[in-house]
Amino acid sequence: MSAIDTTTRQRDVLGASALRPDGGAKVQGSFAFSSDLWAENMLWGATLRSPHPYARIVSIDTTAAWHIAGVETVLTYEDVPGQLTYGLISQDQPVFAKDYVRYMGEPVAAVAADHPETCRRALAAIVVTYEILSPLSDAEAALLPETAPIHPDGNIIRELRIIRGDQEVTGAIVVEGTYELGIQDQAFLGTEAALALPDHDGAGVEVYVATQWLHEDQKQMAACLGLPEEKVRLTLGGVGGAFGAREDISLQVHTALLALRTGRPIKMQYSREESFFGHVHRHPAKIWMRHHADADGHIIRIESRMLMDGGAYASTSSAVLTNAATHAQGPYRCDNATVYSYAVRTNNPPCGAMRGFGVVQACFAHEGQMDKIAAAARISPVEVRLRNAMRTGDPLITGQPVESVAPVERCIRETDALPLPPELADYPDVLELPGGSGRTADRRHIKRGIGWGVSIKNIMYSEGFDDYSTARATLEDGVVTLKFATSEVGQGFVTLAPQIARTVLGVDDVIVEPMDTSIGSAGSTSASRQTWMSGGAVDGACRLVRERLFEKVANDHNLDPLRLAIEGTDIVDTMGDLRVSVADASDGVRIEEIFEYHHRATEDLDENGQGNCHVAFAFVAHRAVVDVDTELGLVKVVQIATAQDIGRALNPLSVIGQIEGGIAQGLGLAVMEEIVVEDGRIRNPSFTDYLLPTALDAPTVLAQFIEEPDPQAPLGAKGVGEPPCISVTPAIVAAIRDATGKDLTRVPVRPYDICL
Amino acid sequence: MSEHQMYTLHINGEAHHVKDAWIGESLLYVLRERLGLPGSKGACEQGECGSCTVVLDGAAVCSCLVLAASAVGAEIATVEGLSPDGSLTDVQRAFIDEGAVQCGFCTPGLVMAVHHLLDHNSDPTDLDVKEALSGNICRCTGYGRIFAAVEKVVSVRTGTSQ
Repeated sequence: MSAIDTTTRQRDVLGASALRPDGGAKVQGSFAFSSDLWAENMLWGATLRSPHPYARIVSIDTTAAWHIAGVETVLTYEDVPGQLTYGLISQDQPVFAKDYVRYMGEPVAAVAADHPETCRRALAAIVVTYEILSPLSDAEAALLPETAPIHPDGNIIRELRIIRGDQEVTGAIVVEGTYELGIQDQAFLGTEAALALPDHDGAGVEVYVATQWLHEDQKQMAACLGLPEEKVRLTLGGVGGAFGAREDISLQVHTALLALRTGRPIKMQYSREESFFGHVHRHPAKIWMRHHADADGHIIRIESRMLMDGGAYASTSSAVLTNAATHAQGPYRCDNATVYSYAVRTNNPPCGAMRGFGVVQACFAHEGQMDKIAAAARISPVEVRLRNAMRTGDPLITGQPVESVAPVERCIRETDALPLPPELADYPDVLELPGGSGRTADRRHIKRGIGWGVSIKNIMYSEGFDDYSTARATLEDGVVTLKFATSEVGQGFVTLAPQIARTVLGVDDVIVEPMDTSIGSAGSTSASRQTWMSGGAVDGACRLVRERLFEKVANDHNLDPLRLAIEGTDIVDTMGDLRVSVADASDGVRIEEIFEYHHRATEDLDENGQGNCHVAFAFVAHRAVVDVDTELGLVKVVQIATAQDIGRALNPLSVIGQIEGGIAQGLGLAVMEEIVVEDGRIRNPSFTDYLLPTALDAPTVLAQFIEEPDPQAPLGAKGVGEPPCISVTPAIVAAIRDATGKDLTRVPVRPYDICL
Repeated sequence: MSEHQMYTLHINGEAHHVKDAWIGESLLYVLRERLGLPGSKGACEQGECGSCTVVLDGAAVCSCLVLAASAVGAEIATVEGLSPDGSLTDVQRAFIDEGAVQCGFCTPGLVMAVHHLLDHNSDPTDLDVKEALSGNICRCTGYGRIFAAVEKVVSVRTGTSQ
């Protein structure tokens, strides 16, 4: 475990390990998560879902449900007043299925009743007659022209190719492999929940919801509800984790529609089982790669074919595909590339955003390839990565120069310099063995392995999206009040934003107002973007306030405002003796400014996948040490060492939290977590059968921050959320390969992949 | 609903009367939805995640797996009872100070589990801590800062802090 100094905090400015302002409420159980909300006269809402992956709806009979005492309303597609479908990029997903259900768990109807148990009985009383169809569950089959489309938009969501440089060149080393990833679930702990309150006149609705992006929800909800956007007002309900799963609509439209229909407050909350069906997951993928390298292991050309299964609806599949294809080279120089990539529609669970967003899939493949190049060139996994390490200014296979600071070599070297763990004892505690106390690993069968993974991750949105974030800062009597719609999902923006205000404005007291749609959009809490984007917005708003405060002080003292600066909690004249506290200077004054931060423009990719489509990049290296019981196929991840390019540690305690948390999720994908799907049916929608890392699975983490402030970033800091979970997965698998000699090409690695 | 009952639960030293409850309701549901004690969280409904941990007659249990009506006569301690005056326990303070809280959904259950561990083992080894907390899933932190929080409490309580 890495040590973070938590004893010597002074002012909670940028760079300090400031503590969460919501920490007290969260440890006492009084923090209001969406699922804790309650209103007088409230009803419960619930959703009827398809039991079939693919079927035609012959009829829906809700009569019996209406007759159950306590049931207030029953809704189907006929009751949707506005647009019948929604979606983040293309609106292809029905609010309620009308003619077909295309995945197991697709919503068909919703009810409102006086008690969750009444809801359950009402759902059971709805009679839906289905003509069951044979599901399209094979992503390869979805690509074939002879396969019948399962949706009017067709079975291919997006095809993207990248063609760059010499398409024939080869080298002394040619290695290839096919890599597969199962479906990972975000598995946030606080399941989907919302409370909707209808306006008294029935012409609008107020919704408290756990989401990553209030304004996008508002836009999609208003379209489906047939209301102007200003009549759909959203406030962030407490969010119990997100990790990508709250970027899409889940229960938002249903809850609001039930409230508008009944004229009463509606609370909806998914069970864990329903949550597995109710949100998108990480795309499963099959990736073939062939690398050409010279005899010394320098990459000459890469070829790849990527196939990502988007499931029944598009969600963000097209953007996930862009990320996978444009990150095929990894953090390595490569002049020549041929990448063909496809995102397809099937009757499998819909997939979309999850931490790492397409790059996790590409990284698992390219890191497997790097080890093959190393073996062929007879050099170490570290050496092959150092020889190919990307530097600032190098072009990507899209032709885009990496203008972000690219300390790849430092990430690798500083990871390599971290100490290895001690050898496993001859007579270890059973809890230290692979499998822990639940199984019987034998010390004599345990082999240790070491593996590496390095990655590049784009941060912010791509492909020409005009991404922005809005913030308002108000200074009054020495207190700053901040307003923004940035979703706090646990990452700590509510801690960071006051640190920014304290630094820029020299105050100590900062109030953060509730996040809601009464101010402009902050964009999504995703793509590792909020520290940069909303951090930039808060910083910009505070700077505008400071400018006006300096003008006032300068005017009062007959000075040039350009001579003034903030020093601690004072305003000082840098060329004279004036020193006045911000509290005094702002006494009786109210200064308010709004700032909208936009990042630099990006471009669409052309027909050969060329273009400056990304904003910025962050890098990270991981080294994994594992113990494997080769007889039983059990794995214990002993230690993860990592050095991460973070630009600047604005809050070291938050950074280490993101690093350790991301590593645990990457470990989950490596050896534990998979939504098992057979013929389109999820077989393990519970925490009993979908295994998550526990305290006993947590490895020792040694983390090194690489701080080279990025001049493009408003605060010098890069987002730190996604990189930790990306290359740790291939590092762990490489370590298992090292221990077992097995050619493991699929994650999660299952015991029988090792021992059979 | 026809299967209604009235019973009394003893929670954090006080008697709470439950009226008109469906007999099938879990202790977690009754705490949260009927008695105004939402500190215990529901995340799996199967006793896998520990978010709903309460102490029932001295044993740490998942309140989602306990029928409320079967807890009549038991002494129930919830997170709300740890610091009724609004102050923080040493465990709660350490969770904040050491960065063990992110989204916070698992936190009340973990705070209860840590108190329960330290009540029974005042100087646990690292493995004791990991085993005791292995029934509480945290999806945000990767557990590192949670271990740091426990270590801090133990070092202060045992007088070994620097």
